[in-house]
Amino acid sequence: MDSVVMRASGWFALFLVTMVLVVVAEDRGYAVHMAIAGAAALIMVWATLTRIDYSALARGILRTPDDKSQYYDDVVRWGVIATVGWSVVGLLAGLFIALQLTYPVLNLGSEFTTFGRLRPLHTSAVIFAFGGNILIASSFYVVQRTCRARLAFPGLARFVFWGYQFFIVLAATGYVMGITASREYAEPEWYVDIWLTIVWVAYFVVFVGTLARRREPHIYVANWFYLSFIITIAMLHIVNNLAIPVSIFGSKSYSAFGGVQDALTQWWYGHNAVAFFLTVPFLAMMYYFVPKQANRPVYSYRLSIIHFWSLIFLYIWAGPHHLHYTALPDWAQTLGMVFSVVLWMPSWGGMINGLMTLNGAWDKIRTDPIIRMMVMALAFYGMATFEGPMLSIKAVNSLSHYTEWTVGHVHSGALGWNGMISFAAIYFLVPRLWRQPRLYSLRMVNWHFWLATIGIVLYAAALWVAGIMQGLMWREYGEDGYLVYAFSEVVSAMFPMYLIRAVGGALYLAGAIIMVYNVCMTIAGRQRAEKPMSDAVYDPAADRPIVTQPAE
Amino acid sequence: MTYDEMRHFADSYGLVVMVILYIVLCGWAFRPNAKKRNEQAANMIFADDTIKDENDG
Repeated sequence: MDSVVMRASGWFALFLVTMVLVVVAEDRGYAVHMAIAGAAALIMVWATLTRIDYSALARGILRTPDDKSQYYDDVVRWGVIATVGWSVVGLLAGLFIALQLTYPVLNLGSEFTTFGRLRPLHTSAVIFAFGGNILIASSFYVVQRTCRARLAFPGLARFVFWGYQFFIVLAATGYVMGITASREYAEPEWYVDIWLTIVWVAYFVVFVGTLARRREPHIYVANWFYLSFIITIAMLHIVNNLAIPVSIFGSKSYSAFGGVQDALTQWWYGHNAVAFFLTVPFLAMMYYFVPKQANRPVYSYRLSIIHFWSLIFLYIWAGPHHLHYTALPDWAQTLGMVFSVVLWMPSWGGMINGLMTLNGAWDKIRTDPIIRMMVMALAFYGMATFEGPMLSIKAVNSLSHYTEWTVGHVHSGALGWNGMISFAAIYFLVPRLWRQPRLYSLRMVNWHFWLATIGIVLYAAALWVAGIMQGLMWREYGEDGYLVYAFSEVVSAMFPMYLIRAVGGALYLAGAIIMVYNVCMTIAGRQRAEKPMSDAVYDPAADRPIVTQPAE
Repeated sequence: MTYDEMRHFADSYGLVVMVILYIVLCGWAFRPNAKKRNEQAANMIFADDTIKDENDG
């Protein structure tokens, strides 16, 4: 009883602190954020005092199997549900801002719904909410299985999950209110950054704690990728967000770096966010889920080790290719370009390693839509890691930089590689986590696959055309040395491509909505009566002995 | 340490150390008895499957 009172009064004290901060806040956004924190603290007071077993309640609602003696999977289940939910939010925001580019009237004449505020909402929702949740959930799943040990510190793991959702809510509401540090993929302001650092250290402790408890002598390679992701993101996040707040009661802060050094810090972070958030941990998923789904060991374990160390040693230098033809010293630009081109090799080594895992079982691409998704993810990983080095070459970059080509490149990587491998992992995880014999419908996975694939093809093709056209129009000089096209003419020329891009995004979103339905029905324990994806040929009419005719 | 000193360290001794470290870490996978250990490691994720695939050998 005493501990209940202690805990409740602790949460209530926290609530009072946030209320004081609301009152002394120097800007509206900070006050709203402290009010959100206060509401979270009040929920904790209520949850502590009513002493309802919320875990049991949640297990009832989520139809969680009772598995106390098994792996600790509650956080993984919440993470999968959060991933599925945030995917729809992030893709919907993306579709909406794609339509804003096509039809500017959709900015709705309000500061809260302008493209500039909704764009970071979209990027953070898909990268950190959708991507981050599947990474945390899948890493907790994989580390337990490959270590044959229960998750260390389950309470801390629950804190990681809820703390991370709280970070997402603060980031998202901040963008809409106009709070931004103006750093690409790191827009949240200083107090949200500090909160994320705390959550991330807890994540590190849970992961390493589980590794330390392992029953297997060898640490499986997927865990190397996950661990490097956790460590490197911590380093990148802290250095990139070094800033001095104007006031500890206000949201505004100024970067600790100035000028070109600030620019380089931002893109050192920005490109390594692509490397260590969107590539390395998704490769961890590949190294576990592709062999498991194909039921064959990875093609070459040795190649996976070389793949790992090459990415670690090379990726960190590639950032300057985002600053070609800027005030950044020329040698640094060239360094960034050279390392980007060299990166092509280990990236393709990894892709080949994943694809060749199917060697001898290629028929599974035809019969298993989850394998098909994984193969498409790897194909897009290969394509994006070829396109990236090419775009980093200075001569190519002089045409492509600041155009839609870059946006198309990012999306073929994000939708094709990150999206597809995550969807495949979700389809792998859901029946196992909820102890169902199979998914509700494999045919719906097939629909999801084709809607997503056609969506990406439309998206990428439209932006290749738009980007190259845009770049060529910008650099078109007339005979007297004047620019031929006004900026506005270039914008209006891109209208049809913008429309096709929005259609591609809508198809991709439609696929994700089918996934939501499929996942919900699987959790509910339903199985759709449907014709299997493949069947051996059977003809009852021919299934009889040959009757020999007597000779005349 | 000034910026210049750090810069000169980075493109001399620092570079050499990084290259040697990279070669050793990659070379580690090629040591004589690595093949068997790698095979064990690659198959370790299937230890929790009760149903063995016919291809597993």
